[in-house]
Amino acid sequence: MAAELGPRAMFVAGGTDLFPKLKRRQFEVDSLIGLDFLPRAIRNRSDECVIDAGVTLAHASHDPHLNERFSGYAQAAGHVSSPPLRNAGTIGGNLCVDTRCNYYDMTYEWRKAAGFCLKKDGDICLVAPSSPRCWAVSSSDTAPMAIALDGLVTLVGASGERELPVTALYRDDGDRYMAKQPDEVVTCLRLRRSLNTRSAYVKLRRRGSIDFPIAGAAVAVELDGDRVESCRIVLSAVASYPLEAKAAEEFLKGRRLQEDVIREAAEIASKPAKPLDNADLSHFWRKRMVRVVVEQALARVSDQQPGLDG
Amino acid sequence: MRVVGKPLPKVDAAAKVTGRALYADDIALPRTLHCKILRSPHPHARILSIDTAAAKRIPGVLAVITGLDLPIKFGILPVTQDERALEHEKVRYVGDPIAAVAATEEEIAAAACDAIEVEYEVLEPVMSIEAALQTPKDERIQDYGGPNNVHKLVALEFGDVEGGFSRADHVREDVFFFQGNTHLPMEQHSAIATYVDGKVTLWSSTQVVHYVHRALSKVLELPMHRIRVIGAAHGGGFGGKTDPFAHEIIVSKLAMITGRPVKCTLTREEVFYAHRGRHPVLMWVRTGVTRDGRITAMHFRSALDGGAYGSYGVASTFYTGALQTVTYDIPAYRFEGCRVFTNKPPCGPKRGHGTPQPRFALELHLEKIAHDIGLDPVELKRRNFVQPNTRTVNWLRVTSCGLEECTDRVINASRFHDRERRPGHGMGFAISSYLSGAGTAIYWNDMPHSEVQIKVDRGGVTAYCGAMEIGQGSDSVLATIVAEELGLQPSDIRLVTADTDTTPIDLGSYSSRVTFMAGNAALEAARKMRALLVEAVEASGRRIDDVTFEEASMLAEARFGTLTTAGSYTPPKIAGPYKGSGVGPSPAYSYSACVVDVDADARTGLIRVNKVWIAHDVGRAINPLLVEGQVEGSVYMGLGEALMEEQAFRKGLHKWPSMLEYKSPTFLDMPEIETFIVETIDPEGPYGAKEAGQGPLLPVPPAVCAAVHDALGVWIDEIPVTPEKVVEAVRRKEKGEPARYGPQRFPPIPYPPTIKVEPPPKDAAITAI
Ligand SMILES: Cc1cc2nc3c(=O)[nH]c(=O)nc-3n(C[C@H](O)[C@H](O)[C@H](O)COP(=O)(O)OP(=O)(O)OC[C@H]3O[C@@H](n4cnc5c(N)ncnc54)[C@H](O)[C@@H]3O)c2cc1C
Ligand code: SF4
Repeated sequence: MAAELGPRAMFVAGGTDLFPKLKRRQFEVDSLIGLDFLPRAIRNRSDECVIDAGVTLAHASHDPHLNERFSGYAQAAGHVSSPPLRNAGTIGGNLCVDTRCNYYDMTYEWRKAAGFCLKKDGDICLVAPSSPRCWAVSSSDTAPMAIALDGLVTLVGASGERELPVTALYRDDGDRYMAKQPDEVVTCLRLRRSLNTRSAYVKLRRRGSIDFPIAGAAVAVELDGDRVESCRIVLSAVASYPLEAKAAEEFLKGRRLQEDVIREAAEIASKPAKPLDNADLSHFWRKRMVRVVVEQALARVSDQQPGLDG
Repeated sequence: MRVVGKPLPKVDAAAKVTGRALYADDIALPRTLHCKILRSPHPHARILSIDTAAAKRIPGVLAVITGLDLPIKFGILPVTQDERALEHEKVRYVGDPIAAVAATEEEIAAAACDAIEVEYEVLEPVMSIEAALQTPKDERIQDYGGPNNVHKLVALEFGDVEGGFSRADHVREDVFFFQGNTHLPMEQHSAIATYVDGKVTLWSSTQVVHYVHRALSKVLELPMHRIRVIGAAHGGGFGGKTDPFAHEIIVSKLAMITGRPVKCTLTREEVFYAHRGRHPVLMWVRTGVTRDGRITAMHFRSALDGGAYGSYGVASTFYTGALQTVTYDIPAYRFEGCRVFTNKPPCGPKRGHGTPQPRFALELHLEKIAHDIGLDPVELKRRNFVQPNTRTVNWLRVTSCGLEECTDRVINASRFHDRERRPGHGMGFAISSYLSGAGTAIYWNDMPHSEVQIKVDRGGVTAYCGAMEIGQGSDSVLATIVAEELGLQPSDIRLVTADTDTTPIDLGSYSSRVTFMAGNAALEAARKMRALLVEAVEASGRRIDDVTFEEASMLAEARFGTLTTAGSYTPPKIAGPYKGSGVGPSPAYSYSACVVDVDADARTGLIRVNKVWIAHDVGRAINPLLVEGQVEGSVYMGLGEALMEEQAFRKGLHKWPSMLEYKSPTFLDMPEIETFIVETIDPEGPYGAKEAGQGPLLPVPPAVCAAVHDALGVWIDEIPVTPEKVVEAVRRKEKGEPARYGPQRFPPIPYPPTIKVEPPPKDAAITAI
């Protein structure tokens, strides 16, 4: 159906991202395809957990099994927006949530007054006018965590079903940020890590609720004794896609998660983050804070200390 | 007393929380048309032409109007009638209304707005105080005021300021900036009008039915008796609905043209443009003190960024200099104020109107002086506290004053003087004062400021008053006072309020005037009614305490016929003998003191407010529950302003006209608040009551900054205190630079020659002059 309707149709799950954008005319569509028919179960198996795309964020954040084995994921889901939005918003929708920019997330009238930008109706980027691309920010809380936990998504579309790593869902382009085909539906997310995986998500935002992340660190480590066997660190809200801090991951391998190591790893992890002036607070400060959230996430997996968000 | 002083629920609580109260947007009359307003996309431009032909052709569009249909200018203050409901000559900010459409559907009205062609000649926008003081590149924003884009200048001196400074052992100067912010009421502005039998009826979400009534009469060129303004149930104002607004005039005009009801509910974005919020104010203050911390003289300068229109701006300007003396005994005082026009939505009154900014500057400045001379800041402030029953150097009359008690309460409860000393932890203290109603009306007249009528018929009591319930509890206060006098419960009193056809005048819900003024009017009317009942009962040979209210009222109705009484309140004439003395006087001042406890992180600049202790001298709490609600609400708003709220602009546009991007605290960001109600039983307030709705906001921002200094040793001399400013101040401190973040300088301003005013004689009467 989506394939037949083409680009003037969109999927809608919880609608928490989509409906406000329709009102602001950021999306202009003729048809919405409701995804209510998608299953909404969390299936726990011995070595993995499969979460249907229709599962709400509230459900995921409260699920005991997820909290126990993939606590970072449950934390990330529990830090999205506010309780009413988590009751409606789905984990599938959160993986596909639009990128953000405070020149773009405005009403039609405001964008018309500011001058349209290339993500919608215009042809230049207002944040980086000399750049040919859009730098809107990937703002999903759960996507970085799903990547850190080696998540796989199942996509179903006109040309069949396929499974791919969550990383492969995204492109480094604020405008066309999804790598999947527009007619493909995310049907489930599969999280797999061994039993001794520890994970944590630390989110920075101005207020205790509602706000999108302005920086975030999703960390998953596997320990061999007290040394890091493998680890993944993925940053939210500092690029147009969930940004993996590969150098820091390499650095941590084989080391103990002690204070100086954590500090150095966080320093390395923050290097590739290049926030721009299109989100809350100054980008200088946000850049500085990347180190802090990574440190806190690592500290949390090392001794389960709470981070910025308690 | 039977009901006064009891923590009873609001009389309208159930209707509000169950959604049954009828807000303006809920009113759905048959055949209602929807109105949308086309607004300027440019901060500053001349309008060359407006073509509405295409819009008019859209099916479903019934009327399209422009400024040519509503050319008469209006404005809240008689001296600044500078607004048009629709502009056809020039636009002055992004969001300035240009044309309006009435259509059968909201979407059709929006599409019609999009189809209106406007040709502009774009002018250089003026976006800051500094820029407004310079020669404009193209042209001035308004064609009055001046020089350049200056709107208003004032310069007043009371007492011997030079002499005061020369007596001082220590003199200090500081510069502060308080960023603008907006009211953010839950309910957007909304209005619906009908035109039936040659009469306009307007239901609106307004704080000032009477002033809207006057503005409509002027612009629509209809006599006031052909216009009826009704205050609909109200979802919050905080000063943001205290002006007459374009959309109120527009729907009335469209109803007259189409003969159908017309409704306009502003979008959240439009509410940011309607604004009239807190002025951004740059301030410079110089104070002399003796070795033991007594103030000898003070010189205060303010520069207000007014936005594009006058609004309340002239009053706001005076307010930035008026109330410094109401908390501290300042023997010689000079004030120079300036308001400029910029191409931003107009600023006006927000909770505390023009006084939170100077209060912030004053409290921090004194804090710094205390550090300079090695005195505890609480002690320094205390040594200068104003005394009850005195006149200030600028002639303001202080009667009841609970400053000492408020200070004791919060200092003791917070254990301020033996607070925990650990890195990043700090406490800050500040005080403030606010008016219990402005002593003068917006337009000059000798009539009462508030009037109440009471009707009693066979056991039923109805009180009529123009006062507007905006959530602050004005209906509950009226009902409580009438009930107290007549021996009933508040829920027994029917209220008819804020309806210009049926209720006598009350000037509106602003300047914290309703409890004091409408309360006094209600008290007078109720006491007269009680006297009638007593007389009738006694004439029948019984005593009032031996009969039921029903019996008493029937005896009285039989004896006197229709039972009505009226009461009114006119504030005493206590303004000083100088031009500009009308801003500042109030029949009574409330006082507050607060302590804020924070943890501040030097590395991230993040601040967590752990707790706020606040004591408020309300004179008498007619309903302590409502007083606590107002105090807590004020603290909430004060913390939002102190830490995050910011009416910021980028490239001539409001940077974030949305509730998600404009940051205001959520429940999770609110600390615990411990409130102390202090009662000083004011001689003129009803049962001794004073205000509670605005004053408690004022000490919060300076107390936050004082606490941050206590925690990290850096001064943040600019509101809001965002983490990036804290980080920068800490960086400067570590580099050995001044440990401060804030404005560097106060610009040169062409103030006029100072008007010298003799201070009142020491034994000046505290009664009316
Ligand atoms: C005020 C506010 C605050 C918010 N704060 C946050 C926040 O802090 N963190 C955060 O991550 N998000 C936040 N959001 C965004 C949003 O609420 C969440 O991302 C939510 O998870 C989206 O899920 P949904 O089911 O409502 O998606 P929808 O709104 O229904 O859809 C979002 C997008 O995904 C597509 N889509 C949905 N489901 C599928 C699917 N199964 N397959 C393919 N495409 C699909 C839709 O076509 C649409 O493009 C916020 C939104 C608002 C309005
Ligand atoms: S980053 Fe540039 S192109 Fe992308 S949404 Fe923002 S302004 Fe538009």
